[in-house]
Amino acid sequence: MLREIPSQTAGPYVHIGLLPSVAGIPFEPERDWARMIRPGVRGERIRIEGVVFDGTGSPVKDAVLEIWQPDASGRFPGRDPGADPAFSGFGRVAADFGTGLFAFETVKPGRVPTAEGRLQAPHATLLIFARGINIHLHTRIYFEDEAAANAEDPVLALIEQACRRETLLARRELREGLPVYRFDVHIQGPNETVFFDV
Amino acid sequence: MENAPRAFRPRDRARHPVAWFPDYKTSVYRSPRLPLVSLSATRSELTAPLFGQDLIRATDNDLLVNGRVDGDPIGPRIILFGKVLDEDGRPVPNVLIELWQANAAGRYRHVNDTYLAPIDPNFWGVGRTLSEPDGSYRFRTIRPGPYPWRNRVNDWRPAHIHISLWGASLCQRLITQIYFEGDPLLPLCPIYNSIPDPAARERLVARLDMSESLPHDTLAWRFDIVLRGARQTYFENRREGA
Repeated sequence: MLREIPSQTAGPYVHIGLLPSVAGIPFEPERDWARMIRPGVRGERIRIEGVVFDGTGSPVKDAVLEIWQPDASGRFPGRDPGADPAFSGFGRVAADFGTGLFAFETVKPGRVPTAEGRLQAPHATLLIFARGINIHLHTRIYFEDEAAANAEDPVLALIEQACRRETLLARRELREGLPVYRFDVHIQGPNETVFFDV
Repeated sequence: MENAPRAFRPRDRARHPVAWFPDYKTSVYRSPRLPLVSLSATRSELTAPLFGQDLIRATDNDLLVNGRVDGDPIGPRIILFGKVLDEDGRPVPNVLIELWQANAAGRYRHVNDTYLAPIDPNFWGVGRTLSEPDGSYRFRTIRPGPYPWRNRVNDWRPAHIHISLWGASLCQRLITQIYFEGDPLLPLCPIYNSIPDPAARERLVARLDMSESLPHDTLAWRFDIVLRGARQTYFENRREGA
């Protein structure tokens, strides 16, 4: 049997490969991976934004983040029949070099069953890459206003300490009529985000 | 539409770098302190974005050409090629391979790189491709130079090429670096050495391949990529719901 090749850090210049415009390279200037929706998208349009913090509480300003999520009805674009053609399911953004803020324009995801047929609460998968991160961090964004679904979610239930589940809840606010979910990631510290080994 | 695999073999973290590796100083405050929570993949993890040929333009895998302004980039011309396989040795087609690297002088085309070595105006150092039905892939580029970095007072990165891989499942997502056989900086590099298993480390070293080299033109380096393999099940070939 062959073995998976090992990971290495994406390094500080990850933007050249994944988001060339951010690095200052006109490889594909029209591409905007932050915008996962097109006109006519079904479901609730939302923005997910946040900051990744390191163990000193400082923003990780060189991070690149990726999201993968289903459409508003729980179907994965390109993978599930009937998925919303106006939704990509995939987002990729860079943290702002000045502030560390990242943001995705997306829709509230629908519910997806587990292999056993149990419904999961709405969530998006978030992957984090940066200098100093030797193998990417994998977490999930849940939504604080889905309390009933969250309470029966089989993955949140895997987290032994109930207080740690809170680290996966994005906080909702309305900004000029648009729902904005705030999701900060703490790599270390008292509020260390739950990261998964999948 | 494509069915996603049903399950993957667990990732063997002993073959990956440790997250907290003090010789690589930044990793100390960018590594989780608490254990990862183990999760059996659901459809959220078994699927992945479907990247198609519409994303790929003709010169995307030719770094000798794609950033050209008024001449060829400076440096040794190389072909980087190989196959994408899973752990059972099966070819993995349609893997999005994104690549980035420094130029021959060890300087990146990035707003944040301030190393005194010169920018090459004819070289971007970015490329991408999709693996072929037989898993093969190929890039044409220049061999990148080593460069110093702010870690310990005199740390230098061995020559390397970064690659990002998106397979058919999030379980196969991986970013890593490709090194060059015989580089004396390799044993000195804390990033390379963050992988504790020397045999696993070696898997990141590309080998010179004279059979694919073009006489009087370009040297070839072979690097085979192995992604996680699906666990075998009786129903592997059955359609969803069949």
